[in-house]
Amino acid sequence: MSETHVLAEGATLNSFGHDPWWIIGLKALVVFVFLLLTVLITVWAERRIIGRMQLRPGPNRAGPFGILQALFDGIKGALKEDIVPRGVDKVVFFLAPILAAAPAMVSFSVIPWGGVVSIGGHKTPLQLADLPVAVLLPLAMASIGVYGFVLAGWSSMSPYALLGGLRSSAQVISYEIAMGLSFVAVFLFSGTLSTSEIVAAQAHGTAFKVAGMTLHTPSWYAVLLLPSFIIYIFTMMGESGRIPFDLPEGEGELVAGYHTEYSSLKFMMFYLAEYVNMTTLSALCTTLFLGGYRAPWPITWFWSGANSGWWPVLWFLIKIWMFTFFFIWLRAALPRVRYDQLMKLGWKVLIPVSLGWILFVSVVRALRNEHHDVGPIMIVAAIIVVLLLIASFLWERVSASEAQPEEAEAAAEQDPMAGGFPVPPLDAPHYHGVGNGRAPNSAEATRA
Amino acid sequence: MNLYVPIVVLGALALLFAVGSVIMGSFTGPKRWNRARLEAYECGIEPTPQPVGGGRFPVKYYLTAMLFIVFDIEIIFLYPWAVAFDHMGLFGLVEMVLFIVTVLIAYAYVWRRGGLEWD
Repeated sequence: MSETHVLAEGATLNSFGHDPWWIIGLKALVVFVFLLLTVLITVWAERRIIGRMQLRPGPNRAGPFGILQALFDGIKGALKEDIVPRGVDKVVFFLAPILAAAPAMVSFSVIPWGGVVSIGGHKTPLQLADLPVAVLLPLAMASIGVYGFVLAGWSSMSPYALLGGLRSSAQVISYEIAMGLSFVAVFLFSGTLSTSEIVAAQAHGTAFKVAGMTLHTPSWYAVLLLPSFIIYIFTMMGESGRIPFDLPEGEGELVAGYHTEYSSLKFMMFYLAEYVNMTTLSALCTTLFLGGYRAPWPITWFWSGANSGWWPVLWFLIKIWMFTFFFIWLRAALPRVRYDQLMKLGWKVLIPVSLGWILFVSVVRALRNEHHDVGPIMIVAAIIVVLLLIASFLWERVSASEAQPEEAEAAAEQDPMAGGFPVPPLDAPHYHGVGNGRAPNSAEATRA
Repeated sequence: MNLYVPIVVLGALALLFAVGSVIMGSFTGPKRWNRARLEAYECGIEPTPQPVGGGRFPVKYYLTAMLFIVFDIEIIFLYPWAVAFDHMGLFGLVEMVLFIVTVLIAYAYVWRRGGLEWD
């Protein structure tokens, strides 16, 4: 199979912008319907899979295997009373669900589904749109979607909703930094921001010869740039606002977070936005790291036609469903983290690690472009990484042992059995400072 | 400009759907007036009074948003650099290492001053 043959069927940026209006409309409609159907199926699949993981059947009454459950839930939601509580900011209250749901769907327009096919005699790529800056679109839409959550919390005039909206915004923007940084290495290797060309760049690894046989290095960026991929997986969880990072709606503390006051179809819009976001994040990950719509390696090895015609849609769907299953699996397996742990992971771990990784990747790539030997650099980098890990481990140990006597002292100061009765600690730390007790720092200050 | 048309079409479709659903929701459901139902969700007590436009909230969220802007601008600089990396050679690498190190100094400062602590 020659190189030119494969590239001919994959789309590039030049393949876009020539569609007649009816193909544009058709593709937009297909993407829209696909997203709605995916949400319905994901909701059902999530409940079934989690049910199975918890040794119970899950919803199994509506339709075969209960597959119509989500649809009927949606219809039922529409028939519920649409409550607008007293004192809400009416305009913003109506605007927020729209701002959450609409941008979530727009992101999907730059996701490639397959190569060039012919529909009604027109050669057209299986992708709604591509831009020279396509990857910026999902990032921008995620930022606009945050407005929906913040405004929902802000307009509800409820403390739970306000805190949920604030938490959601702080979480999404914190994780968006690490997410943006995890893309840099991909752009460094592909040399473009266009999604179709990033997929094309992952078509083949660099060829090298071993014992007379031409072999290829792995071409997926998930393998080549494994740390970027892992960072993206973390940020994907953080961006989607699902367990283990579902702090904005932690029902133990915030009832339902920013959509506490919403009901009926307005609530459905937030629900829809969450699941569409999940699908978009999975599709983006597939495109940037898992070779997009291209068939995985062992299949292309014995079936050369795997990447032609409509087959890529199948590989694409399999890949995004893998991620969707991963999301659901995590929800069944993991507990919720604390908010300070969430912020610590985002700001103190993911950001420095991704910056360090970008520096390393760029140095290696620059030296390779200049035809230097990168072997010594790899060894030096490995030593530095190991030293850093040891240092951070030791530092954690030292700071933990420093902190411990202080805590013991504080515990000794207050008598847990004052006057013969058990007394709860009076200066326990208040997270978020709401309701205002003294923050732990001010307690220390008063003691000093 | 042709490249953007499909995105606008999908955006219009999504907007139409969202607006339609929100408007439809207020017609399809029943309307039963109930005083308690119109109160904000609380455990049976009067909700904390909040002025129109939202109450006060911890300043940490402002700080996070401001730090976000710093790093987001860094990312904006990194993207075009990454795309054009292979054409710039060692010059581009050295320039960007200097830039990243400068931002890392600011990052270390924020960390040292407790800007990244959350409790």
